[in-house]
Amino acid sequence: MAAADESSRPFAGLSDVSISGDIPVEGDISVPVGPSRRDDEFSTLDEPVKETILRDLRAVGNKFIHVLYPKRSSALLRDWDLWGPLLLCVTLALLLQGGAAKGDDQSGPQFAEVFVIIWFGSIIITLNSKLLGGTISFFQSLCVLGYCIMPLTVAMATCRIVLLVPNSLVSFVVRLVVVTASFGWSTFASTAFLADSQPPNRKALVVYPVFLFYFVIAWMILTFTPTQ
Amino acid sequence: MSAGSGSRNTNTEPWGSFDDNLIQGGGSAVIDMENTDDTSGSSFEDMGEMHQRMKEEEEVAAEAAATEDDDGEFLGMKGLKGQLGRQVADEVWQAGKRQASRAFNLYANIDILRPYFDVEPVQVRSRLIESLIPARMINFPQKIAGELYGPLMLVFTLVAILLHGMKTSGTVIREGTLMGTAIGTCFGYWLCVSSFIYFLSYLVNAQITMLQTLSLLGYGLFGHCVVLLVTYNIHFHFLFYVLWLVIGGLSTLRMVTAILSRTVGQTPRLLLCGTLSVLHMLFLLYLHFAYHRIVEGLLDSLEGPNLSPIQRVARDVPEVMLNTTMRSLGNMAKTR
Repeated sequence: MAAADESSRPFAGLSDVSISGDIPVEGDISVPVGPSRRDDEFSTLDEPVKETILRDLRAVGNKFIHVLYPKRSSALLRDWDLWGPLLLCVTLALLLQGGAAKGDDQSGPQFAEVFVIIWFGSIIITLNSKLLGGTISFFQSLCVLGYCIMPLTVAMATCRIVLLVPNSLVSFVVRLVVVTASFGWSTFASTAFLADSQPPNRKALVVYPVFLFYFVIAWMILTFTPTQ
Repeated sequence: MSAGSGSRNTNTEPWGSFDDNLIQGGGSAVIDMENTDDTSGSSFEDMGEMHQRMKEEEEVAAEAAATEDDDGEFLGMKGLKGQLGRQVADEVWQAGKRQASRAFNLYANIDILRPYFDVEPVQVRSRLIESLIPARMINFPQKIAGELYGPLMLVFTLVAILLHGMKTSGTVIREGTLMGTAIGTCFGYWLCVSSFIYFLSYLVNAQITMLQTLSLLGYGLFGHCVVLLVTYNIHFHFLFYVLWLVIGGLSTLRMVTAILSRTVGQTPRLLLCGTLSVLHMLFLLYLHFAYHRIVEGLLDSLEGPNLSPIQRVARDVPEVMLNTTMRSLGNMAKTR
């Protein structure tokens, strides 16, 4: 706190202070703009862990709500984070595991497959939108695409529940409807955030890869059949 | 940047090192791309040289720290070592950061691709349709669009369609994944065949650039996408052959006329266009039959006990689709 006083009256107090050569002088001299940030750092360091976790969880939950009701708001873009996408990706990959296969070694690659598809697909869509002249940043775009997988994850969970019922035609129709609806929702939600950052006549060029991306994921969900 | 790096000329090899090229490449990204052929940062000589330089920097920094350690005395011997350690670590960190930022600026500079993505949706749509319409003009070089957005999207669409085909035919891939195989096939075809055609056209001195071959071949995949989308869902061989000839043929003709208009001489034209048409048509044939149910039993019986990485498992095929020879082969596969 002495340093804070020092910064408000620079060099004023130094004229009458004599420091002997063998006493080490410690601490930082910060510029006037600095102190508020340092206060923040100290305050988040000292708070209990539960508060930190809850704050992050609240931010993630807030973004989930924004995906559920996709309005043209910038909340998703302003404070981006990748916790939500990671959570959703891992959940979806775990749910898609244990799919139908002739051999047992299919379940291993499937987790990696889904993971790689989601992350590399998002990276490629982001690169594409940047190359087309988008104003959105790399991680913001990853954040949006990841969060908009949520409807598909919910559809996957629903499909797994529906597949417990042995009737094949009805369950297929129900799954088709659910997956199609969630695919449309995901695409619509992500374009609500992404398309704004593009020049107006090129929106279709950005929307198509997003459509393809969610289509591939929706297709993987629809063709999933659990091992007997 | 060049001046600063030039002062650290600590190369020890008698023949000089790649140092100069690395320094010169500190300018724009276009120049850098030329130099990467010589100094790909992953070659052993470069890595060894980097380590050598970093070690020498460490030693230099250690010596420098050792000679001016008066202010560390009051902290005792531990303080001295701690200071030395800190300084060394700092130097190593700076050197590493410099290398990493240089590599990053070199490889992650996507702005060099930006002009190739400068298209409008209307243009993409018209190019897609034009890829199936051969032009009549072969005495004058045809205009080939040099863009990468359309071809890239078409390759990804083909990957998606291929995935669909693999899933519906129940292909089982033992080593590797479905997605990896689909991506590898499509991207491999697009990149390798474009490079090969560019190489051939370079040999016969045809007026076509790498970007144009990439673009031409990419748009040629539109026909493939259409055919496969239809025939993976409607399994009629006759329909497939008709579509293969008509749509595949049209897109091949379009590419062939474009190349013909830019090549001089009978033999070069024959070579280029023959290669392109054969590869293009055979690829469509391969894509259709590789993931088709009937061929699985045949392949299984042919390959025998040696399992290939892409192992197709025999399935129960309805009898009406097999003739007697196939049936006997299928029985052989089943009894194994």
